[in-house]
Amino acid sequence: MEQSTTPTRELADRFARTVAADERIEPRDWMPDGYRATLLRQIAQHAHSEIIGMQPEANWITRAPSLRRKAILIAKVQDEAGHGLYLYSAAETLGASRDELLDGLHSGRHKYSSIFNYPTLTWADVSAIGWLVDGAAITNQVPLCRCSYGPYARAMTRICKEESFHQRQGYESLHVLAHGTPAQREMAQDAVDRWWWPSLMMFGPPDDESPRTAQSMAWRIKRHTNDELRQRFVDICVPQAEALGLTLPDPELRWNDERGHYDFGPIDWAEFRAVLRGDGPCNEQRIGQRRAAHAEGAWVREAAAAYAGKHGLAA
Amino acid sequence: MTPPTATLALADDALILSHRLAEWAGHAPVLEEEVALANLALDLLGQARTLLSLLGDEDELAYRREERAFTNTQLVEQPNGDFAHTIARQLYYATFQQLLFGRLAVLDSELTPLAVKAGPETAYHRDHAVTWTLRLGDGTAESHARMQRAVDALWRYTGELFHPLPGLPELDHRALEADWLARVSEVLTTATLAVPGTPRGGTGRRGLHSESFGRLLAEMQHLHRSHPGATW
Repeated sequence: MEQSTTPTRELADRFARTVAADERIEPRDWMPDGYRATLLRQIAQHAHSEIIGMQPEANWITRAPSLRRKAILIAKVQDEAGHGLYLYSAAETLGASRDELLDGLHSGRHKYSSIFNYPTLTWADVSAIGWLVDGAAITNQVPLCRCSYGPYARAMTRICKEESFHQRQGYESLHVLAHGTPAQREMAQDAVDRWWWPSLMMFGPPDDESPRTAQSMAWRIKRHTNDELRQRFVDICVPQAEALGLTLPDPELRWNDERGHYDFGPIDWAEFRAVLRGDGPCNEQRIGQRRAAHAEGAWVREAAAAYAGKHGLAA
Repeated sequence: MTPPTATLALADDALILSHRLAEWAGHAPVLEEEVALANLALDLLGQARTLLSLLGDEDELAYRREERAFTNTQLVEQPNGDFAHTIARQLYYATFQQLLFGRLAVLDSELTPLAVKAGPETAYHRDHAVTWTLRLGDGTAESHARMQRAVDALWRYTGELFHPLPGLPELDHRALEADWLARVSEVLTTATLAVPGTPRGGTGRRGLHSESFGRLLAEMQHLHRSHPGATW
């Protein structure tokens, strides 16, 4: 074992130097147990979010109002499944298996993003998700392209490219609705009203309630605090909402010259905690569908394994 | 009713099969199949859009026609059922499509450019279906039984794949059918499955559909129809 020939101190020093120099930690490198556990938790949650996140959008595939929008939506949901696969692979480099990871999701041991526990009630929700939810995800994820763990950083580079594309499509789709018939415009505004606050919650609890942030920043897994990223997102969205001709549902939203940022109203953290606890509008439904898909697919996976066994293939 | 043109018939097949495959999103047995089934759905939707655009406004044609005006085969509108039913439907249709597009690619018709472009797609679709037919047929006892059930249940809709369509006069439909049967039989046999017989049945080309088809259209068309004149 490496540990018996190389003193841990030296390994820990090398790890610290690599991180400090903004170089990458790779799967075979020594890393502190806490670093491994933190990354595994974060990457797994991220992967699960991609997979659960397919559901609210897939809800509208069969009702998409034009063939062009339908094609865009199918492509997007397909990309999300692909992102889930990249991320599960990245998590596997830390020593977890896909089965364990999925079990973490199905058993509720692992979390996924709170946002996907909200329902898509109209077509405009699909557009609003593209603009706001993907926008928030990108704001969160772009700094992860420089994360200290190589496989995660590389996965994020690929994912962010595709996400940015989806986000622009969501914005464009919302723009069409906002400039369409009165009914379409109303649909667009209603969707933005319902998705705005949940999108701000995607950045996580406020900094003074986010105990792991300091360590994650020291390890250069995170680059910015939750509140910094949330502020950045608000600053980006306000002019975009104006360009769309839509309002954001926050009476306290206004430019603050002194700070050089938009001030915004208080987030309902009780709602956030309820959703994380499993008491959001769709928690049961989302996890229920995922478990059902997995359970109903068991015989297919068993067949593939049996076939591979008989024919000397890797399953 | 006069037989539909080949362009409309094939457009409707692609549109409806794409819709069925897209219903799998979020429900597939393994994540890789989420990607694969969506990919198939997307290819077929692309084909449908190309074909419909040859005939008029794609959305007008997809969203404003009534059930009796759709000319897709009954095979492609069949509900997904379990994964084996979806795979049997894919095996039957992708084999047909690959053989048809292979022929169209070397003819001089308005469908030739599409057949040339979509040729590699149909090969991939068939490959996917063949791979899964083998795994399910020659997998476990349960998967074998399910696959055989699916193969048998969908067989009654295979006949109309080979009905002559206006616009494809140079095609030898009997030869197409014989080729299809040979290829499907070979896969089924290799998968340790019984071949149900010669292709038979299906009335979709005449606008006579299965009961589930009306609900498919109701779902697909409702939003578009609720906002007449809107653009999206």
